[in-house]
Amino acid sequence: MKARRRNIVLPGLGLILLLAAPAVFYPVLLMKLLCFALFASAFNLMLGYTGLLSFGHAAFFGGAAYVTGYLLQSQGFGPLLGIACGVLFACALGALVGLLAIRRQGIYFAMITLALAQMVYFLCLELPQTGGEDGLQGVPRGNLLGLNLSDDLTLYYVVLVFSSAGILLIWRTIHSPFGRILLAIRENEPRALSLGYDVVRYKWLAFVLSAGLSGLAGALKTLVFKFATLTDTHWHQSGEVVLMTILGGIGTLTGPLLGAATLVTLEDQLADKVGSLVTVILGAIFVMCVLVFPRGIVGAATGFTERLLGKSQPPLP
Amino acid sequence: MTDIFGVPLLALLGQMLLGLVNGSFYALLSLGLAVIFGLLNVINFAHGAFYMMGAFAAWGLLTLTGIGYFGALVLVPPLIGGVGLIVDRLLLKRIAHLDPLYGLLLTFGLALILEGGFRYQFGVSGESYDVPESLQGALDLGFMVIPKYRLWVIAVSTLVCLVTWFVIEKTRLGSYLRAATENPTLTQAFGINVPLMVSLTYGFGVALAGLAGVMAAPIFQVAPLMGSNLIIVVFAVVVIGGMGSILGSVVTGLSLGLIEGLTKVYWPEASSTVVFLLMALVLVLRPAGLFGRQT
Repeated sequence: MKARRRNIVLPGLGLILLLAAPAVFYPVLLMKLLCFALFASAFNLMLGYTGLLSFGHAAFFGGAAYVTGYLLQSQGFGPLLGIACGVLFACALGALVGLLAIRRQGIYFAMITLALAQMVYFLCLELPQTGGEDGLQGVPRGNLLGLNLSDDLTLYYVVLVFSSAGILLIWRTIHSPFGRILLAIRENEPRALSLGYDVVRYKWLAFVLSAGLSGLAGALKTLVFKFATLTDTHWHQSGEVVLMTILGGIGTLTGPLLGAATLVTLEDQLADKVGSLVTVILGAIFVMCVLVFPRGIVGAATGFTERLLGKSQPPLP
Repeated sequence: MTDIFGVPLLALLGQMLLGLVNGSFYALLSLGLAVIFGLLNVINFAHGAFYMMGAFAAWGLLTLTGIGYFGALVLVPPLIGGVGLIVDRLLLKRIAHLDPLYGLLLTFGLALILEGGFRYQFGVSGESYDVPESLQGALDLGFMVIPKYRLWVIAVSTLVCLVTWFVIEKTRLGSYLRAATENPTLTQAFGINVPLMVSLTYGFGVALAGLAGVMAAPIFQVAPLMGSNLIIVVFAVVVIGGMGSILGSVVTGLSLGLIEGLTKVYWPEASSTVVFLLMALVLVLRPAGLFGRQT
């Protein structure tokens, strides 16, 4: 009973803070933060709860960003339909990539997703609809249910609704019987298989869901910044979402949110000051994370309190 | 003039040669990745960055000390290999007991640091490096003219790959290496210094990347990001070939370069994606890779 109440108090507090946040912070930065929080959470569904490291999630994020941008700009779609098509595209792409990649595990899975994502990158570079090196610029935001989205503050609340819904869906998935089976697969795949679960299909479903939600994040990003560029599909983007998740804490709900917030803020603060050294700093954080605290911020914090209470830590994945 | 499927024979041969040159780089790099993976269980994401550093080292030797191409060919691989030794001792040894994925993540971070650092220092466009005088010009075969330097690249990298294969498969040192790959604990019990061997192997794999960098310097622009997209193609090559055999990765590398060259002639738009398409096809037909063992 007590735990249940705490389960509501924390997210509620967070939501209230987010509702009030535009009074203090620049809405566009906040929207970027929300998009990446959703992206990292969706990615964490794979790495944290299914135990598969995908190094190609930028394909879903960027692919959906391009589809939404193209439909809004050249086909006159409304934002709702545009986002829906972007998400559908990401799901379909995820279904296809998943079908190929889930045949292999561990390091091979990472390499295959990476290579397939690179193919999407080259397609975005060369297809006539994607604007080549420039990408899609000046995508109109349009109107959603009578709301004029060109106003940053209005859009902020729309993005907040979408990304909270996405994160809520992830939360529901993890706490559903389906999520429990995913955890069982992560912990001991042969055992899950011997219990009669169709392991490959479960992994594939999780992958499609993760891809679709990454697509939602990408589609929202296009709406916020009014552009979709090659950066969105580049493997650096895939690496960045890995970093957000690890920095925050793999396999925790709050970790990816925290990791995304930290990195987005950091990049925003550093961009003017150090220029291209940002990459070096990101790389250094990556190395530090892996060497010093592979459990991430949230993992390290819970580890600390548990040590105080005398509980033992589970081994690293 | 003879045409093959509507393409002049000479243009076709020229593209095939270019493809073989690219294939030589794929072969050298995927060979290094395979050797490292065999013993360390680490996918070395920083491989592209070491390749780039090899090219910059050759450029630096020339501009700072006046040491030319052939000097660089001898000096740079041990230099870059030394950097690899340090990386293994300082970083990779610490995570050797963790899941192999942490090795991938660590070397990814390392690649970001190295590429970002070089880009900060040299900008994106990079420097140019001339073909050494003795390898300039072209060879006239009567029916076609071949730039000497391209032949040189193909010959040297094939030789290096064959020597590596010979050392690993046919010598005593190679047998230790294969034993350590199979069962490190037991090999160490026989009195072989496995941790040292692991470090040297990583250094050697990285040195191969450095060598590829030196040879690439006169062909491509010496630029900080020259290895960053190449490495992904090499990953695809590794997936296609499978990690099982040394010779497999060499054959796959060369033939994929050739296929890429041919695609450039017949379907230019697909030339950057054809390797990835082939990878998808191989995954459907033979998930373990062409030369890989089913795990």
